[in-house]
Amino acid sequence: MASISSRQATEFSLFTGFIASVKRDLLVAARHKSELANPLVFFLIAITLIPLGVSPEKSVLTLLAPGILWVMALLATLLSLDGLFRADYEDGSLEQMLISPQSLYFTVMAKVLVHWLVSGLPVAILAPLLGLMLSLPASGYWALFLSLLLGTASMSLIGAVGAALTVSLRKGGLLLSLIVMPLYIPVLIFGASAVGSAVQGSVIGMQLAVLGAFLALAIVLAPIAAMGALRIGANG
Amino acid sequence: MTTVLVPPSESIPSLFELRNLACERDERCLFSGLNLQLQAGELIQIAGPNGAGKTTLLRVIAGISQDFQGELLYKGKPLSLTHWEFALDSLYLGHLPGVKKALTPTENLLWYMAQRGSTGDATQALASVGLYGYEDTPCYQLSAGQLRRVALARLYLELARIWILDEPFTAIDKHGVAQLELLIDRHLAGGGLVILTSHQDLTLPQLRTVDLRDYEPQSTSAEKNEEAIYG
Repeated sequence: MASISSRQATEFSLFTGFIASVKRDLLVAARHKSELANPLVFFLIAITLIPLGVSPEKSVLTLLAPGILWVMALLATLLSLDGLFRADYEDGSLEQMLISPQSLYFTVMAKVLVHWLVSGLPVAILAPLLGLMLSLPASGYWALFLSLLLGTASMSLIGAVGAALTVSLRKGGLLLSLIVMPLYIPVLIFGASAVGSAVQGSVIGMQLAVLGAFLALAIVLAPIAAMGALRIGANG
Repeated sequence: MTTVLVPPSESIPSLFELRNLACERDERCLFSGLNLQLQAGELIQIAGPNGAGKTTLLRVIAGISQDFQGELLYKGKPLSLTHWEFALDSLYLGHLPGVKKALTPTENLLWYMAQRGSTGDATQALASVGLYGYEDTPCYQLSAGQLRRVALARLYLELARIWILDEPFTAIDKHGVAQLELLIDRHLAGGGLVILTSHQDLTLPQLRTVDLRDYEPQSTSAEKNEEAIYG
């Protein structure tokens, strides 16, 4: 039986709280398998349709591949964003997160990390494979993987701000896209440019550095903005 | 540093205090001028008809909603300074149970324990709320009452002194209500403070009822006078 004297000795730790949140969200994601597969299936189908709809010509596809792969990866991320905080809002967990002694920053980070692990990371891994389908030259594979790895992480973070802002709206999907899309454009430009440069054989250090800078900035600022938006959402 | 003015008669600050609290919703004033001093060992029932602002008040006290005027003090200090201590020392159970339906009751409780740094036996807590044997059943298979019991199991695990319970008896059967009353009684005896809303009649002797109708803005006649003077 816990006594009052053990109140001081509670095992409170930021790290355990963060790990527990990551674990819980991964478990929830693993038990919603259809939602888990949603962005990946979208990515797969959309890329498969391009050669059928545009042209199976190798020269055309090679030209289009970097941009198409990046645009589809972006849309796949966007597709999965809506539910980022919605489920927590609806079952009351969000209220509990807001008043938890844990730092809300790390709770938001945990949610974003899990979102990236189940949507961004698989897309980045799958992309080179689908690049093969769009006859992307082999020199672009690494660039595609690395740029998507950095880019999808930034997109999950930026998307969290939009998801937090629209959490209390019943149908926030459209608004979410409108809020987030303009912020995705720089990421898309540098990401697609990295793959394009790699295909032409030039160095891609600059583009990856800029993507890395975006990510660093997003890690610092996006959770703070999302926290503020979640608090406002809870007031209403 | 600014010190909070405490009346000299009061040597020990009350555990929690509301000062001149006012809330409005959709430009309608729900209550105003609410002053309350809550001591350890007290049971406060917030009463009032539907829409009187009971839930709004509890959400303000719990720190979820910042949409209010007035002051909240924890142990005599403003809540903005003691935010973390208060978060650690208070527990809020709202209308929504805050239970993930995809997870089992044990998994839900383990997350809360890690979040709040409480130690205890989740299995035992679940047994105490009558969920023995359901520890590993996914919560979507549980009934509404059982879901609420999962949330109530947190009361057995936490060391928080201030319990803020919004309609804790909803969907709970008679036996569960009696058990919960017993638990509240024990918590009060151990120096806890319980603030709750309920349409159920409570039988505990420590009960103090605060009726929100007493703070409804009919008392704005003073403002009307002002308007008459300045208007």
